[in-house]
Amino acid sequence: MKSLFTKNLITRMLLGISAVAFLSGCVNDQSDKKYNDTVDIPVNQEMIAELTSPPNVPTPIGKRMAKKLIVDLEIQEREGEMTNGVKYIYWTFGGTVPGSFIRTRVGDEVEFHLKNHPDNKLPHNIDLHAVNGPGGGAESSLVAPGHEKVFSFKVLNPGLYVYHCATAPVGMHIANGMYGLILVEPEGGLPPVDKEYYIMQGDFYTEGKYGDRGLQAFDMQKAIDEKADYVVFNGSVGAMTGDNAITANVGEKIRLFVGNGGPNLVSSFHVIGEIFDKVHVEGGDMINENVQTTLIPAGGAAIVEFRIDVPGTFILVDHSIFRAFNKGALAMLKVEGEEDKRIYSGEIRDDIYLPEGGAIQSMPTGGKKAPKEEMKALSLEERMTFGKDQYMATCAACHQADGKGIEGAFPPLAKSDYLNADVDRAIDIVLHGKSGEITVNGKKYNSVMTAQALSDEEVANVLTYVYNSWGNSKKEVTPDMVQAVRNK
Amino acid sequence: MVLVKGGVYLPLYGAEDQTIKVNPFLMDVYPVTNAEYLKFAKEYPQWKKSNVKTLFADKSYLRNWSNDDTFQGLPNAPITNISWFAAKKYCECQGKRLPTMDEWEYAAMANEKVQDARKIETYNQFILNWYETPKTFNNPIGKTFKNYWGIYDLHGLVWEWTSDFNSVLISGESRKDVDKDSNLFCGSAAIGASDLMNYAAFMRYAFRGSMKARYSSQNLGFRCAKDVENL
Repeated sequence: MKSLFTKNLITRMLLGISAVAFLSGCVNDQSDKKYNDTVDIPVNQEMIAELTSPPNVPTPIGKRMAKKLIVDLEIQEREGEMTNGVKYIYWTFGGTVPGSFIRTRVGDEVEFHLKNHPDNKLPHNIDLHAVNGPGGGAESSLVAPGHEKVFSFKVLNPGLYVYHCATAPVGMHIANGMYGLILVEPEGGLPPVDKEYYIMQGDFYTEGKYGDRGLQAFDMQKAIDEKADYVVFNGSVGAMTGDNAITANVGEKIRLFVGNGGPNLVSSFHVIGEIFDKVHVEGGDMINENVQTTLIPAGGAAIVEFRIDVPGTFILVDHSIFRAFNKGALAMLKVEGEEDKRIYSGEIRDDIYLPEGGAIQSMPTGGKKAPKEEMKALSLEERMTFGKDQYMATCAACHQADGKGIEGAFPPLAKSDYLNADVDRAIDIVLHGKSGEITVNGKKYNSVMTAQALSDEEVANVLTYVYNSWGNSKKEVTPDMVQAVRNK
Repeated sequence: MVLVKGGVYLPLYGAEDQTIKVNPFLMDVYPVTNAEYLKFAKEYPQWKKSNVKTLFADKSYLRNWSNDDTFQGLPNAPITNISWFAAKKYCECQGKRLPTMDEWEYAAMANEKVQDARKIETYNQFILNWYETPKTFNNPIGKTFKNYWGIYDLHGLVWEWTSDFNSVLISGESRKDVDKDSNLFCGSAAIGASDLMNYAAFMRYAFRGSMKARYSSQNLGFRCAKDVENL
């Protein structure tokens, strides 16, 4: 990062010097001239593009002139973690899902070097929606493992664009994570803001269901049926929650570059407790103001901007809400700073979690289907390990990884008087859900928890984990105890 | 080698009403191994790592060999990082040849039990899972299933060269070949790709389409075939 920055700085200084030279010599000062057609914008000098992995974005283009921009992107097929205990083989542009963020300006001439790592098994290519040309570059970039393809294009249209692999079978390459964003800034750059982040949604299809442990293969049939097991931001459940949350301070202006890789699902992108001051609709020139939820098509993007007025944790979701709480489409923005009681009193509750009213919602259990053989915990230690994975997959979205919940919305499980008072009640809540007002550690909560479709074993594991963490009463909950409550 | 009885088959890719006739042929039971290739390179020194002409093999040729006589990995793991020219020459020196793509596809559509298993879900899932499993080139030969014809490792170990690897549908210079090439990228790859069977095949054809005869690849090996005489 540092060396890149220095390089940028030097380039800029050089540019400054050359601009002065141009002025005094009265020739070709690009910055003064307006071009009706962006294709006519001349480029001078070469620059290596700064690429960043999510959620970071490269330095804004600012006032720099159009250049020949060298983009060097390596494709890696590699194992990663979808959620705790669940492995997946991702195919990536630059080692991450989504792939490296590419930042350009109109008039740039991009020389694209696409490298396919020798250990990779498959050929790949790239289709950039910012390209004017057949296949968006795909037809010139099919690259065998151990090879590098070079092609070049001029960016003509400002906007935020998706890129993705388009090698047959296209759907599978995208479903395995081969997508990312390329930004084309207008001349002079986007207006400056305080923080910028990169978020991209994607849906994943695994052989096992959500949370099933071990290495999970891609399931082509589920992908064709569009039945996603995971819908996530930035490639995995929890990629942007807890310690990985993005951050900001009160009063700052935030810009999110939000993409949707698909392959199938359209995103209803929403930040709970914020209104977008500005949305570049579909990543283009049209700006809509005061937007609550913006639709991001698969293979599309949007730029959203908002000023953060109050501190707290803001939850980013796909407002097709089951995806958020049951499939992973949830990220966090943690904001620090002074409270402003005029804007938010602290007592108003966000009803957003109850789109279908206050009744207890249950998960469809698919009839009396015989459950697949499950791994049984043989010791308290194992119960804790499995329970933790289950907790991170099922509970942490609301109750948080540290069990502290979110005041006013999700009651704490850490040092919770309500929890420790009655173990059967806790089991019952996990099995059957809970709605209505309760008091936990002196604070009132009036919310809904859905009934969880977990087996006796899973409930025992997760509750044992909860009871043996964060200063709770250290009970071990067994499957028999769960069964007793279930049969009541 | 084992005999693969000839027959007629419908290629996985494209052509809906065009069946292809495959004559009987003999095929190696296993892919060529590291040890076998080392022996070959000693007998024919022009194919040693340091001697090979760049016209016939790119820089990745035997890239994991530390010198002309030392390979990495197991002696009975498949040889990879071999160019098409090298594979072809190897087979010729054994009095054999590379299988044609149709021969290879014909032999490879069998599972343990039946000659054409392409509609069977487990067969396709096995192939797709393998495509997604990294570093199988390190595995020894003969550990995947023995198919209907008695052949091992057509799926599950490494890709394999065929004599006409880039002749059908996706040519070496496919991008100039507009109609046919349209299968390669975004738009028309979707057409007709409705079932698993096609997906598994797409990957193989895409892989072949990305290769050139002098290329070598970490996951690409080969085996030989032979005509059946006096039939």
